[in-house]
Amino acid sequence: MTTTLYTSDHEWLSIEGDVATVGITDYAQQQLGDVVFVELPKVGRALKKTEAAAVVESVKAASDVYAPISGEVLEVNQAVVDEPALVNSDAAGKAWFFKIKIADKSELGGLMDEAAYKAHTA
Amino acid sequence: MLACDDQNSLRRTPLYGLHVSLGGKMVPFAGYEMPVQYPAGVLKEHLHTRSSAGLFDVSHMGQIALRPKSGKVEDAARALERLVPQDIVALAPGRQRYAQFTNPDGGILDDLMVANFGDHLFLVVNAACKAEDEAHLRAHLADDCIIDSLNDRALIALQGPKAEAALAKLCAEAPSMKFMDAGPRKVDGIDCFVSRSGYTGEDGFEISVPAGDAERLAKALLANSDVLPIGLGARDSLRLEAGLCLYGHDIDTATTPVEAALEWSVQKSRRTGGARAGGFPGAQKILAHFDQGANRRRVGLRAEGRAPVREGALLFADATSSEAIGTVTSGGFGPSLNAPVAMGYVPTAKSALGTKLFAEVRGQRLPLTVAAMPFVKNTYKR
Repeated sequence: MTTTLYTSDHEWLSIEGDVATVGITDYAQQQLGDVVFVELPKVGRALKKTEAAAVVESVKAASDVYAPISGEVLEVNQAVVDEPALVNSDAAGKAWFFKIKIADKSELGGLMDEAAYKAHTA
Repeated sequence: MLACDDQNSLRRTPLYGLHVSLGGKMVPFAGYEMPVQYPAGVLKEHLHTRSSAGLFDVSHMGQIALRPKSGKVEDAARALERLVPQDIVALAPGRQRYAQFTNPDGGILDDLMVANFGDHLFLVVNAACKAEDEAHLRAHLADDCIIDSLNDRALIALQGPKAEAALAKLCAEAPSMKFMDAGPRKVDGIDCFVSRSGYTGEDGFEISVPAGDAERLAKALLANSDVLPIGLGARDSLRLEAGLCLYGHDIDTATTPVEAALEWSVQKSRRTGGARAGGFPGAQKILAHFDQGANRRRVGLRAEGRAPVREGALLFADATSSEAIGTVTSGGFGPSLNAPVAMGYVPTAKSALGTKLFAEVRGQRLPLTVAAMPFVKNTYKR
């Protein structure tokens, strides 16, 4: 059973047990435009909620992707580093950024469900 | 009258309605609401301009006629030479050249295009500087010239390998023009000023058109399926790949034309030993830079990795030194090169092609190499 949650900074988290897969939303990729560069955190890095974890750059500008929750980076998606345009074509799927071991489940309480996120971006 | 937005007083060009109807994403730029991109996006718009033709609204730029009170264009040319280090007297009727307004310290107040229209000079200046430029012209040239701000005209750039064919359908004379030819031409029956020039490194044209006819002309050009509207985002990535300076970023009041690697734009007649050497603001410093060299220089920079190095990034001689030697003034991703490109200022001793440098990006030192500009070969019809 997976649950998908969202942050107000336009990241999605797919929660499965104590692991969260993190990416940026389709809304975010539309706002960014053509993505040309992605930098991901190192596997094993202990991320604190709200710290800069990854970078996504379009032709126009660089944007930080913040850690939506605290935890250790378990895996990163080399495919988006090799082909940044994946972020534009499949933001909610193949273009996931990293997987994180959830350190504190209570942090999930501050995130939005899909309906709330839709209202947030409306 | 120019339309104003009450909330923030942003001005609109005569093509505002067309941009909105084409899905342009409008952003504030130099006091105007301008399209940064259309639904195709910056990357596709950039590549389309290089492979086909792009239409740009550059109506925010200032268009100024310098009309000699004597009726002789040479007198306007001689007067303008008091403000720019270029040879304007030798600029033939029907020709245009790139120039800079300099200040007494040898810095650049603005860069501009100057065309000789036979009985007067036609200037195109940057949007953000146009009020100051007009005041500068009035302060120094009012005895010799009528300074006529052409606020009732739009400016449309048509750029790319298919620009000539697209314009030829509306202006039979277009194909016979050469790079930097400029003058009055009929386009689709409209009295325009056409120059074969641009800001992308591609062959192309800039068309000054009466404001009331601008939308009709833009639509006539866009009716050609080879021509797509292009926003300011791609305009910036195109000019960066072409190695062209953006005023306020790559050149400003603190950079001389020599430091900016714009020596090619200063003709011999205005340099030391020339027929009309000096006689422009900051001549002492600028000619000293020509004669003795400047301490720093604008260079092109290519990265080894994929990470764009953007404006403001500090440059270092090696991976560990604590003292920066320069700064990136423009940088981003070059869609045609599929790689990052940048330009910036470095000490002249570090400006040779092939010099290895480092840029600091998010705390990391990324290796760069000083590279020749333009990064993408220009395709001007000389």
